[in-house]
Amino acid sequence: MLCLRDVDVHYGPIQALHGVSLEVAEGQVVTLIGANGAGKSTVLRLVSGLIRPTRGEVLFEGASLARVAAHDIVARGVSHVPEGRRVFAGLTVLENLEMGAYLVRGRAAIRAALDEVFELFPRLRERRGQRAGTLSGGEQQMLAIGRALMGRPRLLLLDEPSLGLAPNLVQSIFGVIAGIRQRGVTLLLVEQNAHMALRVADRGYVLETGRIVLHDTAERLAADPNVRAAYLGE
Amino acid sequence: MWAHYLPRLVLYVAIGSVLVGLDVGLPRLLNAYLVQILVFVACNIVLATSLNLINGIAGQFSIGHAGFMAIGAYATAWLSTTHGQRLLAPYEGQRLEPLLIVAYLVVLMFLGGLAAALGGLLIGLPSLRLRGDYLAIATLGFGEIIRVLLLNLEPVGGATGLRGIPQYSSLFLVLVAAVVTVAALHNLGNSVHGRSLLAIREDETAAEALGIDCAHYKTSAFVIGAFFAGVAGCLYAHYTQFIHPRSFDFMKSIELVLIVVLGGGNLRSVILAAVAITLLPEGLRLVKGALHLPFDPRMAIYSALLIAAMLVRRERVLQAVLPGRKGGGLRE
Repeated sequence: MLCLRDVDVHYGPIQALHGVSLEVAEGQVVTLIGANGAGKSTVLRLVSGLIRPTRGEVLFEGASLARVAAHDIVARGVSHVPEGRRVFAGLTVLENLEMGAYLVRGRAAIRAALDEVFELFPRLRERRGQRAGTLSGGEQQMLAIGRALMGRPRLLLLDEPSLGLAPNLVQSIFGVIAGIRQRGVTLLLVEQNAHMALRVADRGYVLETGRIVLHDTAERLAADPNVRAAYLGE
Repeated sequence: MWAHYLPRLVLYVAIGSVLVGLDVGLPRLLNAYLVQILVFVACNIVLATSLNLINGIAGQFSIGHAGFMAIGAYATAWLSTTHGQRLLAPYEGQRLEPLLIVAYLVVLMFLGGLAAALGGLLIGLPSLRLRGDYLAIATLGFGEIIRVLLLNLEPVGGATGLRGIPQYSSLFLVLVAAVVTVAALHNLGNSVHGRSLLAIREDETAAEALGIDCAHYKTSAFVIGAFFAGVAGCLYAHYTQFIHPRSFDFMKSIELVLIVVLGGGNLRSVILAAVAITLLPEGLRLVKGALHLPFDPRMAIYSALLIAAMLVRRERVLQAVLPGRKGGGLRE
């Protein structure tokens, strides 16, 4: 479904990605793990068109995204939940979700998407009239994910959904990820919490200073002694 | 089915009859000075609500709004003094004349609006690259460029100003324009377009990630806001009959920003603030006479009241006065 071929990315004179290749098959959950500054978020920003590769190709469903504007990439079915949630703090929960359906046409379709999101996050239904800025961190993360789902994406890019959340909230966020997957949405998940990420993912890529150093099924990565030492704290 | 539209219809009829009543009654009740103040109030409502679209809703801090007003005022005043008057001259004194004047002014408002919208496009494009303080400085520069350009443009009077503009505008027409502007901006604010602008104000990256074409919407806010400012300029010029680049200087832009900030971004409170800020300096003229002061404390009191208003309001005092709130205020 998504394919990166030998991609370089530069931020000014600094090279952030070195010949990154990866593949996400339809219906899978693929995780990118790595330390701070390894280039995980850069990969997501690259896919959603916020930055452009200096070399290599990004293919979504076989078509190159090189000349597709960020807002048009969304229209093709790729939703990005950026790091740090970025909910519209001054708008209500419902208004946030409605903005997520910006590209969805027809009241019935928006209604259906909304019901689905509320089913996934009952808490958001309770708080729909509340301003997003007054939500707790976990609720804001739910809102950010829910907002992205309102656009009915086929590929969801999740950037550090567990960032700054209490452990039991981390559990529930990963529960939600499993729920999203059941609805047939493909996921590319960036995480520092490698433990949880490898538990929900089918496959994983390990990124170190802009290079893919390892990729395998999630189970085998979780069992790999190097991964265990470097990322699972064992 | 149409019972659904009944309250709205009643509202429109009520507004319409109030306006007609004002048109017939006010010039008889009020002297020319008071009528002129009301014209300025209505002009400022158009200007402030249109600036609110750019500053309040889209969150693009612009302090050059008087520049757009100037474009609309000068473009239409120039048209009227060079062509318009001659065009309408054969009909002078005829029964058709008032109707023709209104029709002519409506066309003129559109032209003035379009000219200003072009300016909005011009300043909207750099806004795509600038944010916050930098954008504010760029819009300030734009406003000043317009003013200096007009100051040196001999065909429109240059530093002596443009005089002899026919008085085609009236309190009634300005009030109608204000109502239409507010209605249009109200509907825009509640549409997908308005919501997208709100989303851009709240978080541009997130908005882009939802598929909103930020560049398009930000430019559109400037173009639409400028359009209405141009309309206001046209009405202003054709009421005062004399315009000078000084009428559209930096202080005018600041006055408008002040109204928007005081109004807290909410349309109704912006209107209220426009009324208050326009009436206040005029009302304070009475203080000197009433207290038998040897000096005029008008501007001192005005400034003190502004400081007090900002201190007290913290979060939208004017909104607290008005019940019900929809949409957003300015960014906290």
